[in-house]
Amino acid sequence: MNEILLVQNLTKHFAKKGIFSSSGTVVKAVDDVSFSLKKGEVLVLAGESGSGKSTTARLILRAIEPDSGRIVFDGIEIGNDNKSLEKIRMQCQMIHQDPYASINPRMKISDIIMEPLEIHKIGTKEERKKMVLDALHEVKLEPAEDVFNKFPHMLSGGQRQRVVLARALVLKPKLIIADEPVSMLDVSIRAEVLELMRELQQKHDISYIYITHDLSTARYLGQNISIMYLGKIVESGPIDEVLLHPRHPYTQALLDAISEPEPDNLLKEKKIRINEPLDIDVYQGCRFRARCPYAIEKCNEEPPLEQTGQDRLAACFVKLD
Amino acid sequence: MAFISVENLKTGYETEKGIVQAVDDVSFSLENGESIGIAGESACGKSTLGLSIMRIVPDVSITSGDITLEGKSILKMPKSEFAKNVRWKDVSMVFQGAMNSLDPVFTVEEQFVEVLKQHRYDGDYKQKISEIVNSVGLTQDVLKKYPHELSGGMKQRIVIAMALLLKPKFVIADEPTTALDVLVQAQIINLLKKMKKEGMSIMLITHDLAIISEVAEKIGIMYAGKMIEFGSAAEIYKNPKHPYTQALLKSIPRLRGDKVTNYIKGNPPSLMHPPQGCRFYDRCPQAMEKCKKDVPKFKTDSGYVSCWLYE
Ligand SMILES: Nc1ncnc2c1ncn2[C@@H]1O[C@H](COP(=O)(O)OP(=O)(O)OP(=O)(O)O)[C@@H](O)[C@H]1O
Ligand SMILES: Nc1ncnc2c1ncn2[C@@H]1O[C@H](COP(=O)(O)OP(=O)(O)OP(=O)(O)O)[C@@H](O)[C@H]1O
Ligand code: SF4
Ligand code: SF4
Ligand SMILES: [Mg+2]
Ligand SMILES: [Mg+2]
Repeated sequence: MNEILLVQNLTKHFAKKGIFSSSGTVVKAVDDVSFSLKKGEVLVLAGESGSGKSTTARLILRAIEPDSGRIVFDGIEIGNDNKSLEKIRMQCQMIHQDPYASINPRMKISDIIMEPLEIHKIGTKEERKKMVLDALHEVKLEPAEDVFNKFPHMLSGGQRQRVVLARALVLKPKLIIADEPVSMLDVSIRAEVLELMRELQQKHDISYIYITHDLSTARYLGQNISIMYLGKIVESGPIDEVLLHPRHPYTQALLDAISEPEPDNLLKEKKIRINEPLDIDVYQGCRFRARCPYAIEKCNEEPPLEQTGQDRLAACFVKLD
Repeated sequence: MAFISVENLKTGYETEKGIVQAVDDVSFSLENGESIGIAGESACGKSTLGLSIMRIVPDVSITSGDITLEGKSILKMPKSEFAKNVRWKDVSMVFQGAMNSLDPVFTVEEQFVEVLKQHRYDGDYKQKISEIVNSVGLTQDVLKKYPHELSGGMKQRIVIAMALLLKPKFVIADEPTTALDVLVQAQIINLLKKMKKEGMSIMLITHDLAIISEVAEKIGIMYAGKMIEFGSAAEIYKNPKHPYTQALLKSIPRLRGDKVTNYIKGNPPSLMHPPQGCRFYDRCPQAMEKCKKDVPKFKTDSGYVSCWLYE
């Protein structure tokens, strides 16, 4: 069996309690999302803020309960039984965006990394210590014996994110979900952390779901990409193909928006192929319709996510050139 | 005559443990109509440079140098005169993270009124606010809203609008696009471009060299408190001289072209006890014996570089 993760028709809606309006509305944070991930594959989940990326991650880890849908991890369907929960929580680890918030500033680096071992009651004290040192070597925090006794404030942002990575690695996971792992870091440190993630993926055949809104780092790490918009996957496929030949207007707009370090940029206005949002019900018809510059009459219906080529899917009625 | 010129500026923060020399002998100048981008990794002194031009750092911390705007020193004039005639009127700043420090208990309009009061503005408040809100591409209905009702992009436009109230000639924007979604970033970039068209000169501070290419004719690269290279955007992007500038450009992930594998190993030195000689020495692939001596600024086609390779 080649698949490490299978996500089918995953759905989670939240009742949005307005602070000023009493009438609650529904946020379809994740709506009928399906994808699969092969062993050793890196899948990028991209999309703007609020598109449902983190909710998808939290559903996979069962940090929250799905409304409906199936998750099969390493051949086992994840439900509410202890056995499958234990499996997903040990073998699937999550890395969060903010290296400053996700580690306790009062804990020593050794304790931070050891914590998951203690929670899952793995190894003796001596064995745990060795596992922590191994993890520090893995993420190249050297000399590991020194770093072991340090506190987070003694480390730089990039080094802290390595600690977070070491903490995820110590349980020898099969899947790592990295939620914006480098967006809080300096551009110059980003490449360093991404490079390390890639090395670990190749060495241990770890699969990743890399969550980001930054398509240029996405390309660096990912093999496949799924673009989310308001709870739905609107386009997916091999990353170079999607980024070079987008099929969905939203993907196209995201790509236009990225700046590259080219002096010619100075002379041109940035092209933004997205409209000011119309005040319409976004859950009626195509969700992108309110901002789509290509919308036609038919877009009042919901476009299905359909095959548009080898391994490629897109949900749009219009063909982009 | 240069539009703005910063000469040998030194700013140091006094701390219990000693002086943090955050800006160390920085020089650059801009002609009329030019904007500058300031780049460099975290803690290299970018914000301190901006705050020094605004004279918002403690007076004692600026220990040398001069800043002239259209030929007139704005650093040597008394602080009271600067506050009355220059700050916010000629030179203004959008502070790093300002969009997250809007006051949650006041509406946007109330916050604009407060800023105008602080500036002792004596015109029609309503008209002024309405004008400025339009000019940053927002509609009037934002005025009645509270910060938590606004998206990140709207908040960023509002703090930019606050800096523009008194029609400054020189606007310092400190990380105005960081932490925003790419689509929102693109909109803020277009807003900065529009401000330039209207005659403003911008100092864009960011660690993202790609964004700088959108607005700046000139670029200054900072490393550990020093401006180690300064020149035209064309020269810096096409023919970067300093090994640090070269490494920084190579570490940017590209959407097209090669996938990067280059990053700068190691950390910058402490600003409290910086080493003698070139500060990039420890991390420089081309370091030589000579580099242990302090590096002067060597002239380039459009600016200067501080590296012994160009002696
Ligand atoms: N616990 C919750 N209760 C109510 N609404 C929620 C909850 N969690 C998420 N949401 C809503 O679901 C939507 C998707 O949120 P999610 O955090 O998954 O987005 P995201 O793509 O990760 O965004 P970001 O890039 O900002 O992290 C948003 O509209 C969010 O406000
Ligand atoms: N008020 C202060 N007192 C003491 N030290 C300070 C103060 N403000 C900044 N520093 C120090 O001065 C140095 C330069 O800081 P500065 O904020 O100018 O860097 P920066 O380049 O803007 O960094 P970033 O990209 O993280 O915003 C850092 O070492 C910082 O810790
Ligand atoms: S289906 Fe219609 S509205 Fe939706 S993205 Fe395609 S063209 Fe735009
Ligand atoms: S002066 Fe020497 S150490 Fe410094 S950047 Fe130039 S070559 Fe490298
Ligand atoms: Mg998220
Ligand atoms: Mg700063």
